[in-house]
Amino acid sequence: MTAVTAEPRLGPLRRVVGGIGVQNISLLMAIGLLLLIIGTQNPLFFTVGNLRVIGTAIAISGLLAVVQTMVIIMGALDISVGSIAGLTSVSSAMIFTVAGPALGVAGAVVIGIVCGLVNGCIIVFGRVNPVIATLATLAAYKGLAQLVSDGRAQGYTGADGFFVFLARGTLIGVPVLIWVLVIVAVLAHVALRYTRVGRNIYAVGGNDVASRLAGININRYIIGIYMMTGAIAAVAGVLITARTGSGQPVSGSEGLELESITAAALGGAALKGGKGTIAGTILAVILLGILTNGMTLLGVNSFWQNVAKGALLVLAVVIQQLRSGERRIGLPG
Amino acid sequence: MHAPGTVMLEARGIGKSFGPVRALSGVDLQLRAGEVTAIMGENGAGKSTLLKILTGDYQPDAGTLELAGTEVHFTDPRHSRIAGLRVIAQEPEVIAHVSVAENIYVGALRGPLFDKRAVYAKTRADLAKYGFERLIRPEALGSTLSPAQRQIVEIMRALVDEPAVICFDEPTSSLGEDESGILFALIQRLRDEGVAIGYVSHRMQEIFQLADRITVLRDGALVGTKLTAETDHDELVRMMVGRDLTQFFHREPVTPGETVLELRDVGNEHVSGVDLTVRAGEVVGIAGLVGAGRSELMKTIVGDFPITSGEILVSGRRTSFRSPGDAIAAGIGFAPEERKAEALVLQRPVRDNITLAVLKELSRWIFVRAGAERALTADYISRLRIRTPSSEQLVGKLSGGNQQKVVLARWLATRPKLLVLDEPTRGVDVGAKAEIYAIIDELAHAGVAVLVVSSELPEVLGLADRINVMAGGRIVGELSRAEATEEAILALAMDESRIS
Repeated sequence: MTAVTAEPRLGPLRRVVGGIGVQNISLLMAIGLLLLIIGTQNPLFFTVGNLRVIGTAIAISGLLAVVQTMVIIMGALDISVGSIAGLTSVSSAMIFTVAGPALGVAGAVVIGIVCGLVNGCIIVFGRVNPVIATLATLAAYKGLAQLVSDGRAQGYTGADGFFVFLARGTLIGVPVLIWVLVIVAVLAHVALRYTRVGRNIYAVGGNDVASRLAGININRYIIGIYMMTGAIAAVAGVLITARTGSGQPVSGSEGLELESITAAALGGAALKGGKGTIAGTILAVILLGILTNGMTLLGVNSFWQNVAKGALLVLAVVIQQLRSGERRIGLPG
Repeated sequence: MHAPGTVMLEARGIGKSFGPVRALSGVDLQLRAGEVTAIMGENGAGKSTLLKILTGDYQPDAGTLELAGTEVHFTDPRHSRIAGLRVIAQEPEVIAHVSVAENIYVGALRGPLFDKRAVYAKTRADLAKYGFERLIRPEALGSTLSPAQRQIVEIMRALVDEPAVICFDEPTSSLGEDESGILFALIQRLRDEGVAIGYVSHRMQEIFQLADRITVLRDGALVGTKLTAETDHDELVRMMVGRDLTQFFHREPVTPGETVLELRDVGNEHVSGVDLTVRAGEVVGIAGLVGAGRSELMKTIVGDFPITSGEILVSGRRTSFRSPGDAIAAGIGFAPEERKAEALVLQRPVRDNITLAVLKELSRWIFVRAGAERALTADYISRLRIRTPSSEQLVGKLSGGNQQKVVLARWLATRPKLLVLDEPTRGVDVGAKAEIYAIIDELAHAGVAVLVVSSELPEVLGLADRINVMAGGRIVGELSRAEATEEAILALAMDESRIS
């Protein structure tokens, strides 16, 4: 019995697989398969123009999926992100109308952070389950957005240089919308992987009691992650305004919360916390984007598209669960 | 019932592999009516796998299983239950929001109506029949039960079916001495009624007290079966570990230094009027029965439970911890009782678990310095001899002893002045136990103050320089090393519990 300290030698293939993760490899394979099927069916698919369409289409839901992943890793859930995006979309446009683009964006972000702070405080100090708490604020923030906007699109940003740049501008040939997603995703990835804050997020999600006893201020982490989620939801809100040319209380953001949870789950994040990666989520977002785009190109009715997305999620999670070898009894862990 | 000595359960040549890992091979086991057969072996020897094969939780790759002379193939625990075989789980599942009575009769209730009063009355009668009536109330909710009480619920569930074979999987690991006594009386009674009993345990003393026969497993293989009367402690240890272990650990006391921890009349909703001191280089033991408030006192010391009266001084300075984080900053490390539930992040690697409490020191601004972290992890893996394929192994996949060493490593990395250890060797095999004792001894020599809670009296006696005995949330007596014996500790612990 000697202490084993040396890392075991793995074959090069095993090492590559281990580095990328089985989860991500399956997603990559699914993406490859889709590209193959759609590309051979419709030559328009592989044009630069179409790839841009896919990229800009997934940018907004991708942002929310990235932050949702962080919330899920910490063992919580935020279903109010779509409503926050709606509220901040309207407010950014309304503030813009009176105070210009800079204050419009800043105001939206502040409102998003406050919304997140409220979520966090309800959960931590009101002792409300995150699902219930954000289910309540999903309704409340949507109502607020409708109240301030009187239920209509507000403010016209379509003539403003900054908003137009956000919606249609490019940097080094890549649309700004995609840049925003890339920057947020990279920051989130680096934070989770290489900082103590990210480590502690995994620890709190994996075992909150152990984390508390190890000296982590878990209340601060919970409130902090909801505030960050609010801020990024506000960025998504601003992008919705930019793309549509006006503040949208509901129509641009409804359903985004479910899309973000779908992408996180498809990307391998476990709802019980402690597990998940940004890379997986981004791959899932890309997969879902290609699926939607490809089916549209192939003329698949949008109702069937929803069925296909749902089926994909169920299939992916079933495969994950069976691979983990959990016994098929009762409610899954 | 069958005549005493009849082989009720016979396993022959049982083999089981999980992927490349061979968990069992060629294991034979006989459980006889009216006898207690102990199944011994270190953690990882294959005891749990064997029990799971008996119940039908796992299916063997090789070998046969006979129950009362007929060959059986269980594919589900329900089948074995119907056939008359029950295994009492080590950590029983208890439904949190329903009463003890409903927990016991879950699955056994018939008919569409639930007659609450009748079930409570039946439960009360059954509990009384087996001597548990003073330890557990039929109305108590599952979530309020102690580990010992959960064990009682599990035993009562099994007895409802009147099985012919009952196996206990380390039943005393969560029990205090008095509850263990009641359990032993129950087991002896079941034996006298002709039940065939299998009894898995690490604890030598219990085995000699209870077992008629002892089957020893090592590394998934059968080492042999002995009649209790024809073997002794040393032979069994040799069979289990394949080497001689020196008798129970006794450490050389160190001359204590300055006072590191001092409690003056500390009280809150869990404990009251606690005075306690621990000096540098000293190991102070906390003994007491389950429910005496030992773990609660530890959590009070480390700032997890606030104090409402009295004061806690660390190195002579008065503290007011508002969270465990404050206690860590003051130099206190804490390994809690429930390793998996309270200490480890099971789905994270060994590395993350070791560095969890020192990430700040290992970071530049918020970025973790990967090299420093790897070096620290490798250092503790080799110093504490943590057996893991790599620092990236998920901690949930390690054995109990190695998991406990990971917890110790986490706190050693904080360079604590005071280390609080609650049941540091629970569920840990003999070899790892000795290593953990050696680590504690080394810490004391290095001038760390150590506070150890343990339900195993030989462990407290072997480790501690002084022993404080708790009962009813108070410290009811202090014994020096010279005065301390198992009898003296038990006398204090039980005497006071009768008064309160």
